[in-house]
Amino acid sequence: MIVNQISVFIENAPGSMSSLTRLMRENDINIRALCIAEVNNFGILRMIVNDVYATSSVLKNAGYVFKITPVLAVPLKDEAGGLGVVLDVLGDSGINVEYIYAFTASQKGKAYVVLRVEDNEKAIKVLAEHHCTPVSQAELDIDS
Amino acid sequence: MENYFQPEIECASQEQIRAWQNERLCKTVKHVYNNVAYYREKMQEKGITPDDIRSVDDLHKLPFLTKDDLREAYPYGLMALPLSECVRIQSTSGTTGRRVIAFYTQHDIDLWDECCARAIVAAGGTKDDVVHVSYGYGLFTGGPGLNGGSHKVGSLTLPMSSGNTDRQIQFMCDLGSTILCCTPSYAAYLGESIRERGLRDKIKLKAGIFGAEAWSEEMRRDIEKALGIKAYDIYGLTEISGPGVSFECSEQTGMHINEDHFIAEIIDPDTGEVLPEGEKGELVFSCITKEAFPLLRYRTRDICVLTRKPCSCGRTHVKMSKPMGRSDDMLIIKGVNVFPSQIETVLINKGYPANYQIVVSRVKNSDCLDIQVEMTSEMFSDSMGQVTAREKELVDALKSMLGVYANVKLVAPKTIARSEGKAVRIIDNRNLH
Repeated sequence: MIVNQISVFIENAPGSMSSLTRLMRENDINIRALCIAEVNNFGILRMIVNDVYATSSVLKNAGYVFKITPVLAVPLKDEAGGLGVVLDVLGDSGINVEYIYAFTASQKGKAYVVLRVEDNEKAIKVLAEHHCTPVSQAELDIDS
Repeated sequence: MENYFQPEIECASQEQIRAWQNERLCKTVKHVYNNVAYYREKMQEKGITPDDIRSVDDLHKLPFLTKDDLREAYPYGLMALPLSECVRIQSTSGTTGRRVIAFYTQHDIDLWDECCARAIVAAGGTKDDVVHVSYGYGLFTGGPGLNGGSHKVGSLTLPMSSGNTDRQIQFMCDLGSTILCCTPSYAAYLGESIRERGLRDKIKLKAGIFGAEAWSEEMRRDIEKALGIKAYDIYGLTEISGPGVSFECSEQTGMHINEDHFIAEIIDPDTGEVLPEGEKGELVFSCITKEAFPLLRYRTRDICVLTRKPCSCGRTHVKMSKPMGRSDDMLIIKGVNVFPSQIETVLINKGYPANYQIVVSRVKNSDCLDIQVEMTSEMFSDSMGQVTAREKELVDALKSMLGVYANVKLVAPKTIARSEGKAVRIIDNRNLH
């Protein structure tokens, strides 16, 4: 019920994101979702890709520093209030969300929210109880 | 009218200075040989005894001392008197091994104070002046040295120490400070702060004595203009005593070395050979009047030139140029001695690769130390909180090791050039020399 997110260290310099995306393109890797957290000098680019294995070997060969982190991808309705349902469940259960970003699925009317929480198992359990079960990597890959 | 603190010494004939040096050198060599086993062994290795040193002409026979010797003999190995005879310890920043500990008897302190008094009088100081000392007090020699010098002159001494700029300026205005003693970068900062507060008309400064870090003629003009003063350079190092080893006079074309206390030589840093007057090389000092910690032929690693050309101020003691560089890789950042090896130690301890680059610049006349460090998989995380916490840990560890703040810039791996030979670790953009 988890999805592997790839986080990449990138310098805050012109062209650093462009060279990363070029590398993805050249290796036929589709970035399905991404978000960036930044401080003064550098940023952490987090992404969900269609092929985690291929991406990590491409990044490794190119000398990037990166991490693979298990995160939750929760499907939700692409409509007003869709995200609120999921966050209410987590909040009511005392689960803190460290960061969050969302993307729409290829299927119309459907979206995903990517959640980084401290305890994946606990979050999966409470989300499942409220019919918001996070998808697995395989499920996400099919839906692309 | 040029004033002197000790005219009979400061304007003595070359012959007289030489006579003092001959006598005091022989005496000090005997004192060191008899009381400092570490140096005695060095002399024995070269097959010489005090009898071989009959005048300054024989100085070149003596072995050198370096920072490595200080490290090896740390902390008491180079003392020439028992601790019970000492009244003071001063020290440089830095970690064990790089830290210098110097010992002083009351006599040593008196002579050091006199050297600083000469510098204050050369800058126009009299007993009617208010000497505002904004050098740090404590282990650092800056504050205690100028404080002692000011007492000898009989000036009213304001022992401000460093920091708290608002209070510095308030005292300056309220108590009419006339002579400011601090690092040149702090003087520049004070000048700017005074201008921002619109208090330029409220200060009565006429002169400043600035040392402990390198500064250019351009910076001198900036400070002189900002504070409406004449700015004088002062040089010294803890190993030899502290500030006042040499100081600038009204001519501002070099610093007179107090030759009745210190014999200066210029050597080729590679061969150790003594170079003739006027040639550029490494400055070496021998202390000839100190009791507790009299270092002989101590290599300062500062590169400069000596000149005996007559000086318009009337002083006859040899003049040294501002240091033009270093013969080692030491950096002076905001008056603090920083060695790249210290930075390397912290990086390795904290799990970062030892491939780093140091960039030193001067922003608004103040030193800025940036250290570029390569990110590693081990230190990286998807959580910004974790990455920045590790970064802060590194910044704190560097501050504690170096005694000065360093900006850490995390860069992508393999982006810092790995050169085949000697890595270019330091980029100094300050143009100080």
